[in-house]
This record gives sequence, C-alpha cells and structure tokens, in this order.
Amino acid sequence: MIELINIVLLGLLVITALAAIRLHDLFAVTIMFGIYSLLAAAVFVVLDAVDVAFTEAAVGVGISTILMLATIGLVGRQEKPPSHRPLLPLVVVIVTGAALVYGTFDMPPFAAPDAPVQQHVAPRYLEQSPHEIGIPNVVTAVLASYRGYDTLGELTVIFTAGVGVLVLLGFRRRRSHMADSPEEES
Amino acid sequence: MKDIPVLRVVTKITIPIILLFAMYVQFHGDYGPGGGFQAGVIFAAAFILYGLVFGTSAVRQVVSPGILRLLTALGLLLFAGVGILTMLLGGDYLDYNTLGQDPLHGQHLGIFLVELGVGITVAAVMITFFLAFAGRRD
Repeated sequence: MIELINIVLLGLLVITALAAIRLHDLFAVTIMFGIYSLLAAAVFVVLDAVDVAFTEAAVGVGISTILMLATIGLVGRQEKPPSHRPLLPLVVVIVTGAALVYGTFDMPPFAAPDAPVQQHVAPRYLEQSPHEIGIPNVVTAVLASYRGYDTLGELTVIFTAGVGVLVLLGFRRRRSHMADSPEEES
Repeated sequence: MKDIPVLRVVTKITIPIILLFAMYVQFHGDYGPGGGFQAGVIFAAAFILYGLVFGTSAVRQVVSPGILRLLTALGLLLFAGVGILTMLLGGDYLDYNTLGQDPLHGQHLGIFLVELGVGITVAAVMITFFLAFAGRRD
C-alpha cells in the first residue's frame, strides 16, 4: 500500500516538474511549483517526517508561492523567449544527473538500519533524550538543544536574508520616493 | 480586493484562527510536530493574508517597518542571549542545564526561549519579505 502511495506521489512530482518546464505562462509555472511543494510535503508525511512536511507546506507552498506571485506582479507573467540554444545546458544537466545517480550506487539501500547515518549519533539521541532533555518530540530536542548551535546559525541565515532584502528593496524604495515626491516625506 | 464583502468577512474570521494556530504550533512544539520556524511562518501568513485583501499599507498600520526591524534583531538576540546567559551561569554556550534548578527544567526553559526567538525572527523576516516584494506597487 505504501509503495503504491509512493509511486503515485513521485509520479505526480515528475509530471508537475515537466509541466513547470513546458509552460511559458509564469503564473501557471508558479502554481505548478506550489503543487510540487505540496506533493513533496505529502512525500515527507509518508516518510514520517512530519516536522519537515510542516515546514515544506508552510514555506514551500505558502510563503514562496506568494513571494513569486508578488514578483510576477512586478515583472509581468510572460516568459521571455530564450536567447540561446538549449542543447549545451541540456548536455551539462544530463551528465551531472548521470554522475549523481552513479554516486548513489555506493550508498546503502534506502532506510537500511545498518547505514552509517542510522548508526552515528541517532541511536544516542533517541535513547538518551527522554532522560537528558525530557520532551516528547525528539526532533525539537535535537534542533533546539543537541544541535542548538546549528539552529542559531540557521536563524542567523534568515536574519541575514531579511537584512539583505531590506537593503536591496526596502531602503531603495524610500529613496526613489523622495526623488519623485519630496513633499510626501515631509 | 477589499471591495468584495465575502473576502473581507472570511479574512477577518480566518486571521484570528491562523494566529491562534501559530501560537499552538509555537508553544506545543515540544510535544507535537512544529516549533519556532513553522509557527513564525504561519504567524506571518496571517499578516500576508491581511495584506493580500486589504493592501500592504494596511499591514504597515498594524505593524510598522521599524517594529519589524526591531523584532527581526530581537529574536536572534534572544537566542544568542540564552547562550550568553548559560555561560554566565557556569555552563557551556547554549547548555541549558544550568538555567533551571535541575537539568531537565533548564532544558525545558532553554528550548522554550530559543524556539520563541526563532519564531519572532522568522515571523518578522517573512512579513518584511512580503512588504518588500508586494509593497513596491503601492
């Protein structure tokens, strides 16, 4: 049963990705990206990664779709015709993809219990976190406590992104306002 | 879009539910799926919905860009400040064991505070993104 769900979800992912490539209406492409993220979130739920699915549904489907739609509102919804032949990029992508797939042959089978990733620190977190941290959600325990330093780094990335957007879009907008209509600011 | 009565009414009913759900995700992250990051995004989604229907200037009246900038820094400072506090109390950086009277209590308090910091910064940055992108047309 779970295999059937996986096949359907992954098949829909491929169809959505192909549709996003084929379409030239950027509005439709954005909606396709939103559907893609929603399907990815469903895949994460099937994998029992509900925290990741939650993030994907909120950020991938919600925020990034809204941001891309807002950008389309500024730049127009029609894709420009490509100025170059797509042959060379296609070859580069196919070679890179083939190399990546070849690289996965050396990896342990999916969800193998003896894989190094399952043997490293994960057993200790799962066994010790009820005694050391004492909260039921191990994901939160790992994120906020065991790996608190990494989460601080992630938050710094978000903070930096916010500052970057403010510097690029927020401040310039106000200056152009002043240039256009100085009385509005006073 | 604020001339359409159905949108206006449904938005005003929905926004409190979204904000309440964001609070639930924020403070229930220890027990179920969720945490500061998801809660911040959901909290921001309520403001974005408000902005989509009533315009970005209406959002600026609710929360001014100055306050948003303050909150963006405040969340990160709260997270980093918890680390400084644990060092002052004699532990390592971000070692919450020293925060409470016993290690488990300290861990609870530390996780609560850093998740709150994550939520504040993420919500403020997401609203800033929306205002910066969508606000350029007004």
